[in-house]
Amino acid sequence: MKNISILNGRLIDPANGVDAVLDLHIADGRILALGAAPAGFTAGLRIDARERIVCPGLVDLSARLREPGLEHKATIASETLAAARGGITTLCCPPDTDPIIDTPAVAEMIRRKATQSGHCRVLPVGALTQGLGGEQLSEMAALKKAGCAALGNALNPIGNTLIQRRALEYAATFGITVLLHPEDPQLRNGGCAHEGAVASRLGLPGIPEAAETVAVARDLALAEQTGCRIHFRGLSCGAAARIIRRARHDRLPVSADVAAHQLHLTEADINNFDSNCHLIPPLRTRGDREALRNAVADGAISAICSDHQPHEPDAKEAPFPSTAPGISALETLLPLTLRLVEEDVLGLPQAIARLTCGPADILDLPLGRLGAGASADICIFDPNQTWRLTTEDMLSRGHNTPFLGREFKGAVTHTLLEGRVVFEK
Amino acid sequence: MNNAARTPNIQLDANGRLRHFLSIEGLNRELLTEILDTAESFAGVSERTVKKVPLLRGKIITNLFFETSTRTRTTFELAAKRLSADVLNLNISASSTSKGETLLDTLRNLEAMHCDMFVVRHGDSGAAHFIARHAAPHVSVVNAGDGRHAHPTQAMLDMFTIRRHKGDFSRLKVAIVGDIQHSRVARSQIMALNTLGAAEVRIIGPRTLIPPHAESLGARVCHDLEEGIGDADVVIMLRLQKERMHGALLPSEHEYFQLYGLTDKRLEAARPDAIVMHPGPINRGVEMDSQVADGPRSVILQQVSHGIAVRMAVMAMAMQTQGGGA
Repeated sequence: MKNISILNGRLIDPANGVDAVLDLHIADGRILALGAAPAGFTAGLRIDARERIVCPGLVDLSARLREPGLEHKATIASETLAAARGGITTLCCPPDTDPIIDTPAVAEMIRRKATQSGHCRVLPVGALTQGLGGEQLSEMAALKKAGCAALGNALNPIGNTLIQRRALEYAATFGITVLLHPEDPQLRNGGCAHEGAVASRLGLPGIPEAAETVAVARDLALAEQTGCRIHFRGLSCGAAARIIRRARHDRLPVSADVAAHQLHLTEADINNFDSNCHLIPPLRTRGDREALRNAVADGAISAICSDHQPHEPDAKEAPFPSTAPGISALETLLPLTLRLVEEDVLGLPQAIARLTCGPADILDLPLGRLGAGASADICIFDPNQTWRLTTEDMLSRGHNTPFLGREFKGAVTHTLLEGRVVFEK
Repeated sequence: MNNAARTPNIQLDANGRLRHFLSIEGLNRELLTEILDTAESFAGVSERTVKKVPLLRGKIITNLFFETSTRTRTTFELAAKRLSADVLNLNISASSTSKGETLLDTLRNLEAMHCDMFVVRHGDSGAAHFIARHAAPHVSVVNAGDGRHAHPTQAMLDMFTIRRHKGDFSRLKVAIVGDIQHSRVARSQIMALNTLGAAEVRIIGPRTLIPPHAESLGARVCHDLEEGIGDADVVIMLRLQKERMHGALLPSEHEYFQLYGLTDKRLEAARPDAIVMHPGPINRGVEMDSQVADGPRSVILQQVSHGIAVRMAVMAMAMQTQGGGA
């Protein structure tokens, strides 16, 4: 393995409070030193990062790879390459594959395939209940042993509160963090868009805010009761963020993230039934978007993720309610977050924190930081380069994004995983 | 955002003329008035002994119904036949779509048979827009009801009926009573009334049947029937689907009728010359008394016959813009 020096870049490592022009030296897949090279160090590769930003590789708490079982949408190889292009070096894949990640064998298979592809570290999220059915607990200890970084029930919330309690209690036995999609399925009632002015105009079945806030409130009560470490995946409404802020203030072991696109789009982007804006949770109001942005700024929401959901074209070619929800989002995670810096929502180090140490800390991963000894997972990007998102250019197999044709500022030039260059522009 | 979704209005051609008829939203007062005027010119056709005009001779119109309907489909069929078009009726039940053929495949197959117009009814909101976006350039699409979204020909036949009785819209107070939340008819009526300049549109029902942010649709919300129809020129009663009792939206038909059922007594709150409308079919004793339904102020049966003239107008106008036709 080559020694690498990254020279003259502006190094931003929020976990260690570093923001300075500093060189960075890598040996044996780990960060050896910042600043001057240690005596006797020779680099086999020197990357000039002048005018660029050098930061920890991004940690994405939710990206679907669609393998196994849904290879007509995407594969581990295609999506981990897209992740590397987006500066992402670690991603968590939800358990709703086919077969579902409810046995160690599936988790191990995903990790093996990801290692073979070699573009990105993949941490499976195991199913909280068998078959995501919400009835029988999964073999949590075995899933943890097989490398699952957390457990969750994907987009299938557990309606039965007793089973939810038992699942959290059992997970707490083994110190497992549980990722929760906050949704009360009865209140969602088959809805496909925010219950607001746009859904009323278009006659789309609505999803009320309460579908999220009721679930958040219930699960906070259960977390307090069981002592389980819970994380709310993908908030959509301001009221939920406020409840979580209060709970964190009361020192409950709870955290939350938001998908980057929720910080930019609103229900109005559905316009006339644009199926690329069909999301679960749904896009909500401008007020919600502002409240989510505030929560990201003050840390109530400590991670921004892609919530990547690639689809084949047919999945979006139907009347709006019958289309599959989700956005192909790996390649827009960083630029959408940088746009928050342009719009004065976040400082640059803060924005990077939400993509690196923020999510890593949620899962207690020793990642998302650049101190000596840390894994050399690094993202180098040109903050001023502008580019346009096109289907020809996307590396993800899913082209389902409402941002097609839009211009972005900030482009990844290099991604390093454990001291290897896995993407270079 | 895909380009089609961003196009300001796929219903109009480059010259602002009607190409598809999908929703009232996005159409201006002039165009709606043109539809009403054209319908007026067709209204006489039904009274002749030869009830046909040769306007669409040689054209093929397909009624593509993914939801069952007798009344609407029949009036569309009659309208097409009076315009001398050939009509194909396709009732596509959910079971045949579940064979795996996608909506788009169905569409392509029909286009290959050289259809000129699709009249579409579908259970999903947005289905008519979706089909229009994917239809070949020579094909027009008319929405015969999509999910809870729109039923624009029903709204226009209601406007036609109102205009015949009341003339000018600008002084009219119109009350729409019942299940607004699940009603594509109500959405289209509210938009049409606002576009045509009605003085006030009110919607009346319990909170479980009123859509959130209803004011943004351009209607005043009332929960009391007598207050809502007070001084109204037009009272439109909506059909109450029986399944609303099961979703905990209403306790019983009995209580609904007690609170929102229209009786002769209650109708006294409206203007003395107020007309009563209903898109049909009526649940007698639920939405209204038989005395009201069959009474002198009811124009319900006129609505049905106006439906043919209005649908003829919409079909003729949309087909006129087909560049060269098929």
